[in-house]
Amino acid sequence: MANFYTDNPDLRHHLTHPLMEKIVALKERNYTDAEKFDYAPLDYADAQDSYDKVLEIVGEICGDIIAPNAEDVDHQGPRVENGRVIYADKTQENLEACRKAGLMGMAMPRRYGGLNFPITPYIMAADIVSRADTGFENLWGLQDCAETIYEFADEAQKEKFITRVCQGETMSMDLTEPDAGSDLQSVMLKATEQPDGTWLLNGVKRFITNGDSDIHLVLARSEAGTKDGRGLSMFIYDKRDGGVNVRRIENKMGIKGSPTCELTYKNAKAVLCGSRRLGLIKYVMALMNGARLGIAAQSVGVSELAYREALAYARDRKQFGKAIIEFPAVYEMLSVMKAKLDASRSLLYACARYVDIYKIYDDLAKERSLTPEERKESKYYSRLADALTPLAKGMGSEYCNQNAYDCIQIHGGSGFMKDYACERLYRDARITSIYEGTTQLQVVAAIRHVTTGTYLNLINEYNSEEIKPELQSLKDRLVAMTERYAKAVEAVTAVEDSAYGDFMARRLVEMAGVIVMSYLLLLDANRNESFKRSAEIYTNLAEAEVCKHADFIANFKPAEVEIYKVD
Amino acid sequence: MSLNIIVLAKQVPDTRNVGKDAMKEDGTINRAALPAIFNPEDLNALEQALRLKDANPGSTITLLTMGLPRASEIIREAIYRGADSGIVLTDRVLGGADTLATSYSLAQAVRKFGKYDIILGGRQAIDGDTAQVGPQIAEKLRIPQVTYAEEIIELKDGYVTVKRRLENGVETVKAPLPCVVTVNGSAPACRPRNAMRVQKYKYAVSPSEAAKLSDSQKALLEKRPYLNLKEWSAAYVDADPAQIGLPGSPTKVKAIENVVFTAKDCRVLSDNDAEIEDLIKELITNHTIG
Repeated sequence: MANFYTDNPDLRHHLTHPLMEKIVALKERNYTDAEKFDYAPLDYADAQDSYDKVLEIVGEICGDIIAPNAEDVDHQGPRVENGRVIYADKTQENLEACRKAGLMGMAMPRRYGGLNFPITPYIMAADIVSRADTGFENLWGLQDCAETIYEFADEAQKEKFITRVCQGETMSMDLTEPDAGSDLQSVMLKATEQPDGTWLLNGVKRFITNGDSDIHLVLARSEAGTKDGRGLSMFIYDKRDGGVNVRRIENKMGIKGSPTCELTYKNAKAVLCGSRRLGLIKYVMALMNGARLGIAAQSVGVSELAYREALAYARDRKQFGKAIIEFPAVYEMLSVMKAKLDASRSLLYACARYVDIYKIYDDLAKERSLTPEERKESKYYSRLADALTPLAKGMGSEYCNQNAYDCIQIHGGSGFMKDYACERLYRDARITSIYEGTTQLQVVAAIRHVTTGTYLNLINEYNSEEIKPELQSLKDRLVAMTERYAKAVEAVTAVEDSAYGDFMARRLVEMAGVIVMSYLLLLDANRNESFKRSAEIYTNLAEAEVCKHADFIANFKPAEVEIYKVD
Repeated sequence: MSLNIIVLAKQVPDTRNVGKDAMKEDGTINRAALPAIFNPEDLNALEQALRLKDANPGSTITLLTMGLPRASEIIREAIYRGADSGIVLTDRVLGGADTLATSYSLAQAVRKFGKYDIILGGRQAIDGDTAQVGPQIAEKLRIPQVTYAEEIIELKDGYVTVKRRLENGVETVKAPLPCVVTVNGSAPACRPRNAMRVQKYKYAVSPSEAAKLSDSQKALLEKRPYLNLKEWSAAYVDADPAQIGLPGSPTKVKAIENVVFTAKDCRVLSDNDAEIEDLIKELITNHTIG
């Protein structure tokens, strides 16, 4: 009888952020859909009520079905029989519940049978599902591949595939190959055009999450003789057509319920999605950004569970005649876990809101031309989304790993045993800072927003918002941190040495990240008293991080990079 | 084949999560402290109905409940999960009914409803635990009944085949339609609410709820007729006043006592008749039973 949405009032706080009113009005085209669809909202309050009610369903399924199933799924895992994946029994039960509840095409337009949810409430569902079962979040969350079909495929393809996703068919994105991991330009899977305009795919893919899905997005080399990203196109493979088999599934450390497949393509019929040659340079980039936001949500879900498990244990466990939560060493850990959780969640939803606005404008631009103000606004939010996505993914995933680590630490010896959920959580957390681009690659994506000033501008904008007088002293500290950050950026960029710049990039990105998150928590506290504690604790943490990095940069001579080099 | 399915359901206080304030000083239920919920086994019955509907496209499921006007909450709940419509049988004169008066009133409502193929309901409600209402309705309608159902295996050619969960095993029986089937809690859990249906039907209201709405909300009800739930009175179902409510209820509550279990040990008996007889005598002597 647990509900993972209603038991967590922080979620509703983010769902009702003031910017949502604008997002929903844009998404619902000023609520004109209500004339065509009897389940479309009549106004903003009605839309919010619908999000609330649907998230309550998500919370209930997660609390009553998916979370109780997680241990069994972890033990049983999926298997391969005759080239097909068979999910763990309880995974099938989870999927069935999500299908029956109509949660499989949440962000898709109503004309394909979707719920037309903005990204923000959809991402909130991902956050909730991940808390219930991190691995299952992958299977369920791959529905956002439909977004790529919606953005780039032709109308007939949209009609055919998105409708099926909304009815509950699962998806996968087949990108990685044995020799093409982070470096997707090296993809070799061969696509050959047929006289009827369809394509045949031949080759191998590896590490494909949910690789036996119903509908695959496949990155393949359509231009024979090319070697780089410009020879790659995106294809849609329909499992009903056959030709792709699962050779094996990986034996992983965590997220064991989510099958990671090696796939063989033998004359697998596929259709081209969008234009030739844009597969990697345009479509995968869009796909990746969506997927990274998904991993950021997954990470926050893990952090949430880690905090809750640790808190419950610390209250319950007695040593030296009292509950261990009463010891400063333990309650500090718990409070820092909560602060990291709150900070990464605030960043996640700030990012989701920015993604929402620019994506809705992109979509609107297909119906009518945007006004100059709208174009300007779209560009502005697109840039912010681009800047915050790698931060949310990179830092959120690192935090969830830290929280999973501390969760075990609070459990002491018991946490090392297989008896508590924290050990599964620890294993599940580990992948989040690796897949969809490692933390190191998130830094690569984020650093240009350090050097071009996107973060600094955003910070200044947050700083210009009015706050309550009792929060002023906290804000003053953030202003001082921002100055140190700006000086560090100046110092690093003044040195014209790319190795040195790369060496310092993570420090600068992290400084920007902790300051952005401190401001977001400050603004959360301004709107809702309950965030004040986390805002204060996180600012302490952020201040120490900024000092640490600033000192490191100030004391470091660029030539010292040499001594770090390893042959 | 499309079916006309009636699901009997009851809104009950949630006695599964009882807190300290669940009972008043006088031993009666403090309803304010217990949330009103969909009786759990009625949800199992609804799932069986939904499976019949899945297998027989075009079928309709109507939820029938007797209770306070706010019982329309469980009708919405059932519609969110896939039921088509619902009826609240509500009337002051129906209050205070025991199982006999309840089953009579519901049987009258079923007669008013007209043609139906099968009636499903939970085995029993968690507030009374009698398991009598379903079987009594079958008797009053003079149709067969199958109790403790766990699964409807097949429905065709005018018969339904049902697996029953008994104390020491399962039994499969076949009954002619129409009939009443009461479903056990061991049957599959009800499917979740559907996101699209929740958005479509969240403004569905009964006439007594509609009376309290604003003009714009009333306008929506006119525009979307499916949002109007039905509410039936005792007179509408042609109920005999002598057979309903308190007058129709021979069961009288003598006293309500708070029972505290004090025994901590258990005794294991063999299946020897003499031993069992001795125990029964002992229980009668110390007034545990009898």
